[in-house]
Amino acid sequence: MAINFLYPDYEVARNCDRCIVCRACERQCANEVHEYVDTLNKMVCDDAKCVNCHRCVSLCPTRALKIVKSGNTYKENMNWSGKTINEVYRQAGSGGVLLSSMGNPEEYPIYFDKILLNASQVTNPSIDPLREPMETTVFLGAKPHNIERGEDGRIKNNLPPQLKLSMPVMFSAMSYGSISYNAHESLARAAEELGILYNTGEGGLHEDFYRYGKNTVVQVASGRFGVHPQYLNSGAAVEIKMGQGAKPGIGGHLPGAKIVGDISRTRMIPEGSDAISPAPHHDIYSIEDLRQLVYSLKEATDYKKPVIVKIAAVHNVAAIASGIARSGADIISIDGFRGGTGAAPTRIRDNVGIPIELALASVDSRLREEGIRDDVSIIVGGSIRSSADIVRAVALGADCVYVATSALLALGCHLCRSCHAGKCNWGIATQSPELVKRLNPDIGYKRLVNLMTAWQHEIKEMMGGMGINSIESLKGNRLMLRGVGLNEKELSILGIKHAGE
Amino acid sequence: MKRVYVNEKWCLGCHLCEYYCAFAGTNETDMARALKATIKINPKIKIEEKDGVSFAVSCRHCKEPLCVKGCITGALTISADGVITINHDRCVSCFTCILSCPYGAVSPSEDGAVQKCELCVKTAKGQPACVSGCPNGAIVFEERG
Ligand code: SF4
Ligand code: SF4
Ligand code: SF4
Ligand code: SF4
Ligand code: SF4
Repeated sequence: MAINFLYPDYEVARNCDRCIVCRACERQCANEVHEYVDTLNKMVCDDAKCVNCHRCVSLCPTRALKIVKSGNTYKENMNWSGKTINEVYRQAGSGGVLLSSMGNPEEYPIYFDKILLNASQVTNPSIDPLREPMETTVFLGAKPHNIERGEDGRIKNNLPPQLKLSMPVMFSAMSYGSISYNAHESLARAAEELGILYNTGEGGLHEDFYRYGKNTVVQVASGRFGVHPQYLNSGAAVEIKMGQGAKPGIGGHLPGAKIVGDISRTRMIPEGSDAISPAPHHDIYSIEDLRQLVYSLKEATDYKKPVIVKIAAVHNVAAIASGIARSGADIISIDGFRGGTGAAPTRIRDNVGIPIELALASVDSRLREEGIRDDVSIIVGGSIRSSADIVRAVALGADCVYVATSALLALGCHLCRSCHAGKCNWGIATQSPELVKRLNPDIGYKRLVNLMTAWQHEIKEMMGGMGINSIESLKGNRLMLRGVGLNEKELSILGIKHAGE
Repeated sequence: MKRVYVNEKWCLGCHLCEYYCAFAGTNETDMARALKATIKINPKIKIEEKDGVSFAVSCRHCKEPLCVKGCITGALTISADGVITINHDRCVSCFTCILSCPYGAVSPSEDGAVQKCELCVKTAKGQPACVSGCPNGAIVFEERG
């Protein structure tokens, strides 16, 4: 047998004084880490298979389990970390590209954590959201430049189609296929109850979910899976996916093994065939080409639905966004380099793209300078972790944010980052029926509603503290932000002052 | 009356309900202390499973209970609120009830009487422990016509 170079990353620590040998851990771990030995009436485990998803930890009725970082270490080296060495070993063994899932976990600056919010003192009063009305509703879509009057002198309704959201949040694209039916149902039901939208991702829309149409963004991606006229018309908006923050410049690949039953039907491709989304849209090589697709989709939906164009935050994002704003798109969505994914090549995920905070600030500034900011709304995603991040994003110029990872966390995800293995113990990133069943949408949707309701309260509190009673007055209000520990260049791109200034 | 109902669609076969039931029966405050010494628990709710389908079975608290009808000593009775209870002092372990319950919800116990689910009315919490311990809403405690 060849030498195994890899020592397990985690160890399953079982407190045998507390373990009552109920075997729930064994039954709930799809990675088959735990095993009952009847001759000893004891549980044993194989740490090497553990992905650190905490399913067993959360279900153990006596709190007998925890997962700890393996203490095994290589000789310390600031240049060659244990992780880097292991990746070399892994590739030397497999000869393959490294795969990862969820967002970029590496140590890059998180600008949101270096931006502080303002509050009123003495000179302008803060507002108590529990006593006074506070508006968090937003409308997304192009806004007309001027008032037009008809022959009779009356104001003409020249407002292009808008999306109305009860708060500046939407659940971002996650396809049926990358996540489970029950995860989709949870998102759709929560969006409906909250008065916001969720997004089909590129996998088409399951027939059961057409009823949530007015709370759905239907996506058109480079693979065009599941796209047909009824699909386009069933949603509240259509999103053209040009790029994704976790893997800019890269397409997608859902292996044939996952294209079964409903998924194959929904994607409109044969069972067992690989679903390959090309890296580019093969009919889009310029803004003019993009404009053609934008208008084809508007034509197909009778000019009744806003069209969103989603791009990854890359180096010249401001210029690209400017082009998109001129392409006829109603909304631009920008996905930062921390954005999640069901599977991406590790090197792309961890090394390509730019932080969403910088991308947002530069896009907003550029569109303002060019006088076209009102032609589009801006949605940003790529690791919005809390209501405070939303407030910061809106103050930097966003109309709305996309959240996905936090939504999955609400559903039980523990960020084990092994979605690509298809054995999600929480029933989210999997299609195997016995695992999908673990996510009961009756429980899941309620948790999503709770999370967003809590965030909405917090947004109101933070706005109230600043003396602002409407999210519209916060939008692009960068004076409400101050940087800490940022250099001149960073401050100038973010368009904010340093704390103390 | 409120009864324990099963949504087998969501049952994971994790058997935790059985352990929460066994724990509830001990009236201890810590499950590890309560069950650590027990090699095999003897719960009043049991998981039936076959071919990937599983569901929890416990007393249905029938309106016309065959166990009560069959009990030769009057140890099993319907209480005022509809809960079918067992009087340990009267039970002579003849097992007529075990034979007559169509759901297999009555079982022998170690303390000289039969045992069955009494909806946790006699436990410290007073509410079904299996329901609150189920991680997936596969058993619920509710009023259903
Ligand atoms: S779930 Fe906890 S108590 Fe049950 S066997 Fe596993 S470690 Fe022991
Ligand atoms: S993979 Fe998840 S369920 Fe399995 S042992 Fe590790 S943490 Fe527990
Ligand atoms: S969705 Fe599932 S597999 Fe993916 S990171 Fe979360 S818990 Fe892990
Ligand atoms: S605790 Fe719930 S999910 Fe687990 S076996 Fe019992 S009824 Fe089924
Ligand atoms: S209600 Fe109480 S006694 Fe009845 S099965 Fe559930 S835990 Fe056991």
